[in-house]
Amino acid sequence: MKKLINDPAKTVDEGVAGFAAAHSDLVRVVIDPPFVVVRADAPVAGKVGLVSGGGSGHEPLHAGFVGHGMLDAAVPGAMFTSPTPDPILEATKQVDAGAGVLHIVKNYTGDVLNFETAADLALAEGIEVQSVIVDDDVAVKDSLYTAGRRGVAGTMLVEKLAGAAAERGDSLDRVAEIARTVNSQVRSMGLALAPCTVPHAGEPSFELGEDEVEIGIGIHGEPGRARIALEPADRLVDRLIEPILEDLPFAKDDRVVLLVNGMGGTPMSELYIVFRRAAEVLAERGIDLARSLVGSYVTSLEMQGVSITLLKVDDELLDLYDAPVHTAALRWGR
Amino acid sequence: MSGLDGAWTRRWIEAIAAEIATRKSELTALDRAIGDGDHGENLDRGFQAVLGKLDGLDDAPTPGAVLKLVATTLISTVGGAAGPLYGTAFLKAAMAAGDRPELDATGLVEVLTAARDGIVARGKAEPNDKTMVDAWGPAVEAAGAAGDDVRAVLEAAASAAAEGAIATEPLVAHKGRASYLGERAIGHRDPGAESTALILRVAADTQ
Repeated sequence: MKKLINDPAKTVDEGVAGFAAAHSDLVRVVIDPPFVVVRADAPVAGKVGLVSGGGSGHEPLHAGFVGHGMLDAAVPGAMFTSPTPDPILEATKQVDAGAGVLHIVKNYTGDVLNFETAADLALAEGIEVQSVIVDDDVAVKDSLYTAGRRGVAGTMLVEKLAGAAAERGDSLDRVAEIARTVNSQVRSMGLALAPCTVPHAGEPSFELGEDEVEIGIGIHGEPGRARIALEPADRLVDRLIEPILEDLPFAKDDRVVLLVNGMGGTPMSELYIVFRRAAEVLAERGIDLARSLVGSYVTSLEMQGVSITLLKVDDELLDLYDAPVHTAALRWGR
Repeated sequence: MSGLDGAWTRRWIEAIAAEIATRKSELTALDRAIGDGDHGENLDRGFQAVLGKLDGLDDAPTPGAVLKLVATTLISTVGGAAGPLYGTAFLKAAMAAGDRPELDATGLVEVLTAARDGIVARGKAEPNDKTMVDAWGPAVEAAGAAGDDVRAVLEAAASAAAEGAIATEPLVAHKGRASYLGERAIGHRDPGAESTALILRVAADTQ
């Protein structure tokens, strides 16, 4: 293992400290209980507060999305490990301006259990909390026999659009409804060319041969649903985008936001090769590419890989997507 | 030994912390195969935090007081799924123990039953879902049938939990991250069931 770290046990602490130092104009960091990254001007009077969080290792998700028009607070847990209820409760208190707080939770067992507990504690303190579970990953069969679909890159679009709704002054009920609508219309799937190594584990999270690809990965270094031989990029893109298109399903004349997301160790040039083919497939199907986003936003440490996300939008959702945002990792219109 | 008192409970918890520190890489390796590779590290962080807090207890704590301290510390330090699940288990166990100064065999079975019920209620897993329930379930059943000697109850629970953990190997997971793997989870032991077996084995070995 070769990493730019000082001590495997301090990777999260030192990373958050650096983030705070770099972006002190946007955020403040509460150190006790460990690590709550809060929008600098929170609580914003009259505004619904948005809190998300989860294991670290997915940067810039979630702290990179704290700021105007997106999240009010992010709660980073240990590497790939959900935060505990205490910091989630602290974040909830810090951003509550009396209009209520929305928890945006990726559908992983640990995240769901810890956020549930924190929401119970917040309610006991008189804070109105609603929760939205994001489960956009089509690689997982959604059935009684699994923990349900995982929340992956679509999470950032839920955060963006719900954040814009909160910023324009929508009520908690309405912001939660928009978040649920976005979640119901967003689908993602990813693949890995090489695994990642969690610093304190010291070994790759799974083994992958030189000529192998893992299809249907999650964002915690966990293996996916199938392992295949390496193929040209266009063929691999088809393996991701076809299940996505069929799942919603996306139809001719639908308008979509296309997010091509790097997993942490993929060059931008390759993300654009992926984007090229994905856009081509959309054009072939008569689907209207309304907006495009390319970059490494929801990552899995240094994993080499990519995920594709499609969100079906109408005029309102597109307005929310276009609304000004000013965070460390996403900024436009402001 | 007639019953298990607070001093025994404390020795048990200290022994768990030591055993997890020794075997954390093994637990993490099991988790890496079908999960996200952090189970040993997370439990180690939690039980080391518990060790740091044990000295804050009264001179002669009840078993319930020790169990409650473990519960609140695990909930606030472990994270992941294991934090709320073990936290709930120890919290329900503490509530079942109440303020009894000692647990006899009947009391011990009540405590183990409450722990299992807490995990089932929080995680909503059923038997054969390839989770820690597959170790807790057989352990509680064996404990209930082991008679009125606490050592026999502990030994029965530990043995059944170990067998339950091994029996998760051929299963497809229906809960937790391993459920994403479908049939690829077959052949791997569930890390939560293994850590449960560890905790109960240590109990049986604690004098």
